[in-house]
Amino acid sequence: MSTTHPSTGRPSRLSWLVRLRRDRSLLLMAVPAVVLLVVFNYVPLFGLLTAFQDYDPLVGVWHSDWAGLEQFRQLLGDPLFWESTVNTLYLSFVQLVLFFPIPVALALLLNSVLSQRLRNFIQSVVYLPHFFSWVLAITVFQQMLGGAGVLNQFLRTHDIGAWDIMTNPHTFALLVTSQAIWKEAGWSIIVFLAALAAINTDLYEAAAADGAGRWRRLWHITLPGLRGVIVLMLVLRLGNALSVGFEQFLVQRDAVGHDAADVLDTFSFYYGIATGNYSYGAAAGLFKSIISLLLIWGANKLAHAFGEDGLYRR
Amino acid sequence: MTNALTVERAPTATAAPGAAARRGRRTGRPPWEEPPTPVGQAAKGLTLAGMLAVILVPLWIIVVTSLSSPGAVNRAGGLVIWPDGLTFEAYREMLGDSTVRTALLVSLGITLIGTAVSMAVSVLCAYGLSRPRSLGHRFILVLLIITMFVNGGLIPTFLVVTGLGGYDQWWALVLPGAVSVFNILVLRSFYSSTSADLIDAARMDGAGDWRTLWSVVLPTSRAVTAVIALFYAVGYWNSFFNVMLYMPTDSPKWPLQYVLYIYVNRGNGMPGSVNAGFGSTHAQTAPLSLQMAVVVLTLVPLLVVYPFVQKHFRTGVLTGAIKG
Repeated sequence: MSTTHPSTGRPSRLSWLVRLRRDRSLLLMAVPAVVLLVVFNYVPLFGLLTAFQDYDPLVGVWHSDWAGLEQFRQLLGDPLFWESTVNTLYLSFVQLVLFFPIPVALALLLNSVLSQRLRNFIQSVVYLPHFFSWVLAITVFQQMLGGAGVLNQFLRTHDIGAWDIMTNPHTFALLVTSQAIWKEAGWSIIVFLAALAAINTDLYEAAAADGAGRWRRLWHITLPGLRGVIVLMLVLRLGNALSVGFEQFLVQRDAVGHDAADVLDTFSFYYGIATGNYSYGAAAGLFKSIISLLLIWGANKLAHAFGEDGLYRR
Repeated sequence: MTNALTVERAPTATAAPGAAARRGRRTGRPPWEEPPTPVGQAAKGLTLAGMLAVILVPLWIIVVTSLSSPGAVNRAGGLVIWPDGLTFEAYREMLGDSTVRTALLVSLGITLIGTAVSMAVSVLCAYGLSRPRSLGHRFILVLLIITMFVNGGLIPTFLVVTGLGGYDQWWALVLPGAVSVFNILVLRSFYSSTSADLIDAARMDGAGDWRTLWSVVLPTSRAVTAVIALFYAVGYWNSFFNVMLYMPTDSPKWPLQYVLYIYVNRGNGMPGSVNAGFGSTHAQTAPLSLQMAVVVLTLVPLLVVYPFVQKHFRTGVLTGAIKG
């Protein structure tokens, strides 16, 4: 009876056949998701073999010629690949400096708004762009800042001249970062707001009674309370340093040119799929994945060094 | 992705009565907090107003322009900021365009079917893995989580989908991305904590797993179900790149985002509206109000659903320590 019950706290000493009978519907429920993940996530892992081949779509992975590390050798000698790498790292750095502090600051600001109604309203507005597609977000930017957009409309009617931000490769990093901020900064505050709500208000009261002003309370109570989340977000950001986005660059590449808009995420597409050079693109993808895993591991080590949990414990 | 999620838990019979009160509305400034300085107050107000304006003003301009006549667009010299005689002409023209109409149906179809598939698969899997000490749930969980960190990447996935005959097939737009492990983990953490007592009670009353899921777990976790469904739906509604990958360029299976990209972002002419151009330099491009009407069309479904789900985002309890 209740000993065979899956939710009782007793350790189960049943043979696996009995447990299989008992849990068969639970296992059955997990099957569709597992099948989809195996087909579309695990099977493609074998497709990574193409990175070591000279893949020919006509004969498939099984019969394509092996090329060893040839694709990687070519990759490392390809100026376009290095251009994409440099662009990616530069964009990551700009986003880290300009984007990262904003959600923290906005969360502090929003947290100080006393009216619950106003807070709810602001939250629902700033979360909204997160749900826009990149095509839509970029269209909005185009209509505001583009050659025929509102800004240039204004400049033209006042004879100040044109300023086309959307097609300028030199300021592209700032443009994509401001787009990312516009679209995602609001949504990113959610996790900081939760951390702020978890800080014990008694601490503030006690500190205020001891004569600590608002800035000292911010420094000694609020920021330490946010430390864990900030470190976690930083780890995630560093671990994703090679992933700066895909569709955002895809949509704008024609406007600013590939010199500025090629990043590692889009490299496999343009120099793999679009040209039919699958092995080359797969090699680039594999290269990026391996470096990314190392980055996640390293960033996590860094978090542990600061005494924080990071992505995983231990 | 930095997508840590906060969802307000649905009240359950077991929730402590004090919890709601503690989280309740703050009605005023705590007694120990000093009153704000006028300068600080003004700076705060300006920043918040700026934040709202940056998001709302562009949307306002786009909506107003979509409702303007070609004459009003001409007078404004482009986008219309102040309403100047509103008309639904652009919308009538847009919905008369067969490309847009088909794309709207395609987008709605993919979104509805995709969300249904994703939710069914995810809810079942999340519940199936949420019972402590069930056979193999740890192993399956590890299998799931690994995919969050290790994947074949673009090209191997593309080769698998096309290898299965997915080119120019509807399923290629739905199945490859149907399962989000992150979403399953969020659902699972709800199922394994919030409703534990209720589930036990239902099991004691003789309900099987399917029945427990359907009549106990789902009704008590409406908030998280709504939020996850929104996530999936938005993902399908916004899908754009997989169309580029798996659909031929002349496919009748263009969703709305792709139409937005071609007609508005790239400014290509819209079939059936070439002659309606308003300016000499834009002879090939659709009139601006028509373009903006397409933008609004991609927004409308989101704006319809969003208010109902958004209230569940409020910072209640941080859902587990799900990261990744």
